Amino acid sequence: MTNALDLTELIKMLGKVEEIELENIDVIAGELGLILPTISAIKRESVKKAEYRDLNFEIPLANFTGEVLEVELGATKANGGTRENVIKVGGERTMPFYNFEALNPNEPVIAFDVFDTKIHLAGPVRKHFEDVLEDPAEWAKRCVDKYGADMVTIHLISTDPVIKDTSAREAAKTVENVLQAVKVPIMIGGSGNPEKDPEVLEKAAEAAAGERCVINSASMSLDYKRIAKACVDYGHVVLSWTSLDINDQKTLNKYLMDAGIKKEDMIMDPTTAALGYGLEYSFSIMERIKLAGLKGDKDLQMPIASGTTNAWGAREAWMENPEWGDREKRGPLWEAITALTLCLAGSDLFMMMNPTAMQLFRDIIKCLCGFKETESLDIKNWIGMR
Amino acid sequence: MAKKIGPLDIYNYLPKTNCGECGEKTCMAFASQLIERAVKLEDCPALKQPNFVRSYNNLKEMLAPSVKEVIVGVGDKSVKIGGEEIVFRHELTYFNKTAIALDVHDEMNDEELLARVRYVNDFCFKRIGEELTLDLVAIRSTSKDPDRFAQCVSKVLCESKKPLILCSWSPSVLEAGLKVVGHERPMIYAATKDTWEEVGRLAVKYNCPVVAFADGDMAELKSVVKALESLGIEDIVLDPGSHVEGKYLANTFGNFVASRRAAIWNKDIGYPLLGVPAIAWLSGEGAFKEAIIAAIMIDKYADLIILHTPEIWALLPVITLRQNIYTDPRKPVAVEAGLRKFGNPDENSPVLMTTNFALTYYTVASDIESAGVECYLLVIDTEGLGVEASVAGGKLDAFKANEAIKNSGIEKEVKHRKIIIPGFSSRISGDLEIQSGWVVFVGPRDSSGIKEFIEKKWVGLA
Ligand code: SF4
Repeated sequence: MTNALDLTELIKMLGKVEEIELENIDVIAGELGLILPTISAIKRESVKKAEYRDLNFEIPLANFTGEVLEVELGATKANGGTRENVIKVGGERTMPFYNFEALNPNEPVIAFDVFDTKIHLAGPVRKHFEDVLEDPAEWAKRCVDKYGADMVTIHLISTDPVIKDTSAREAAKTVENVLQAVKVPIMIGGSGNPEKDPEVLEKAAEAAAGERCVINSASMSLDYKRIAKACVDYGHVVLSWTSLDINDQKTLNKYLMDAGIKKEDMIMDPTTAALGYGLEYSFSIMERIKLAGLKGDKDLQMPIASGTTNAWGAREAWMENPEWGDREKRGPLWEAITALTLCLAGSDLFMMMNPTAMQLFRDIIKCLCGFKETESLDIKNWIGMR
Repeated sequence: MAKKIGPLDIYNYLPKTNCGECGEKTCMAFASQLIERAVKLEDCPALKQPNFVRSYNNLKEMLAPSVKEVIVGVGDKSVKIGGEEIVFRHELTYFNKTAIALDVHDEMNDEELLARVRYVNDFCFKRIGEELTLDLVAIRSTSKDPDRFAQCVSKVLCESKKPLILCSWSPSVLEAGLKVVGHERPMIYAATKDTWEEVGRLAVKYNCPVVAFADGDMAELKSVVKALESLGIEDIVLDPGSHVEGKYLANTFGNFVASRRAAIWNKDIGYPLLGVPAIAWLSGEGAFKEAIIAAIMIDKYADLIILHTPEIWALLPVITLRQNIYTDPRKPVAVEAGLRKFGNPDENSPVLMTTNFALTYYTVASDIESAGVECYLLVIDTEGLGVEASVAGGKLDAFKANEAIKNSGIEKEVKHRKIIIPGFSSRISGDLEIQSGWVVFVGPRDSSGIKEFIEKKWVGLA
């Protein structure tokens, strides 16, 4: 590049800056005479009059070509089940609550966790369920009737050989009891033992045949084909669970489809890391998955689920510590913010535990969906607040 | 959508000599680093030469962030906001974390006022090697009286170690405040459709950043911004109005998203965004709602928020969320696996085990350090997963743990054969004992319990 500047360039620069060093720049005298009047004209124009003009603001819209699949959970009598209602999850046409771009059809869904044996729970959670910890059916009822959960998840953790080694048959009974106790769609979880889960979930799926439960879960670390088959055979939705890796998620989804699962019979769980303990990983992976789906990646268009309950693993959620303030408020807020953040990232279904957290979260998503009528507040009054 | 600038676009304007003086091997490498904002233009000495004036100016313009970086305050008492370049953090990283202001008002009694200012000064919460702080004090004029406001500002100014935001709808009140603190570059809140000229002239006179406000109307907001620009103002911050209820909240959220998209995709009103979760108190709802609104705004896309509550239970989740969202996604997820020593452990010292997920590792390490425990820590390669996830996902099992024990050289370091494994990996304890021949103790589920575990249990065992 040489030091020669063309005239228009020089004029532009002079219009922008107050002073410019012309050192090392050859300007032919004739040219200078020619441009000086132009420069002063520009200078005059650049000192604009201070004024207010009514302008338009153009909302920038994305052009998404894909859609998230809508998955139905639960089956009513008409469809061979005994649930009183069906829940639709997913179906997004844009990122969550980008209402100016498109209205997403379904609200996020909240499922409460229920365990088939008494387990250690954080204080702020335990106090709501203290008297039903040994009765999963009652526990489930409490979640739905008292706290208004959309769904419940029955976690069959007692089947783990290192816990109680409950038999698959007995565990299936528990599932039947829960299905009788509540009429909402349910999710069925194993113990996390990769050897035993396939058998347990298979028997549970059989006991719940036709109910369109979510079977939690199929993963790479166990015999996912067996789980997939149980879902196909007994009419359930499979939860495809991976550990914070979008490529793994895509692969497992494909494997499950190869194993016979239809794409509208699947939900993804890319793992939830709690607020303060890697939430940003879950946040970005969910955003990437949702965007990929909206952009048309057919292997990533299933709704997303979040094990929001993991928030209670954070010590800031459960630990009594005067320096951190009231645990009874801090803990629920910890769970609610974990849910909300992942909701904004694209999660559709939330496994939660604390009633206050659920209330906070549900209130805000009702607002964000844009349907909740309220009086308009004169927000300018905030400055005068006493 | 504005075209994204690539390294090649930058390279075209660099000296192309590959002299290496910038610390990079080649000009091309320097170009990539410029885009990642890991280096500055000024790091290339050649660019500072007169014959590169034009290239330098071009580069400066090309590299200017889509959301202008605005500085509030001066020197040590300042905070940088904005400077963002992307709409999703995985696309690069978010740069300047959402600044948090706590409010006071000019009718508070002195004691309360100063206590609140000191609270902001001293607020410091250590998490995973980082100090989380509050960043500014926002002074509201509830009295609407210029003298009273000026007095309050001067009291706060004496005490505060943080930059200030002056809040009033009245230009004369703002001016009274600016007379006191104008030299320290406070932020002026706010200019509206009606007050832009008066407030804007104050911003020019005192050379301070100014907030443009329009309640829920993006066209009006843009008009106010352009009017301020017509006065020659460059440091502007956008407040599209923070509604906290019902469909109005949905609209506020949409405006935040639309503003950020406009800045980044269309280079349209590319200024930082300000949110006011404190408005939750106006509808009588308080700290829960305020914290939730703050969370939404940190997630999407506020660069500065004004809060009202000093309650730590509400602030802790909010500042933690900010730490998470503003963590650079380019940082590796895993630390190196292998044996670590804490203090000067000897042949009788305890041996602990954890995973190589960076967060797990740093949490455990900082708990061991603060407990002052001398020990060995065996870090297992779980491919960057935490304990619970890696046990469930088969990335941490007895086989892997045993291999790690045998390959780490720990058996040469200690005489005993006892290992403490994380509480959440209790499932592997039986198999690990059989495979390794070590005695396995299931430790606490949370590493904050390590100190107590070692003091009470290990001492008894050893
Ligand atoms: S200092 Fe400048 S000229 Fe030299 S290698 Fe770096 S970018 Fe290129």
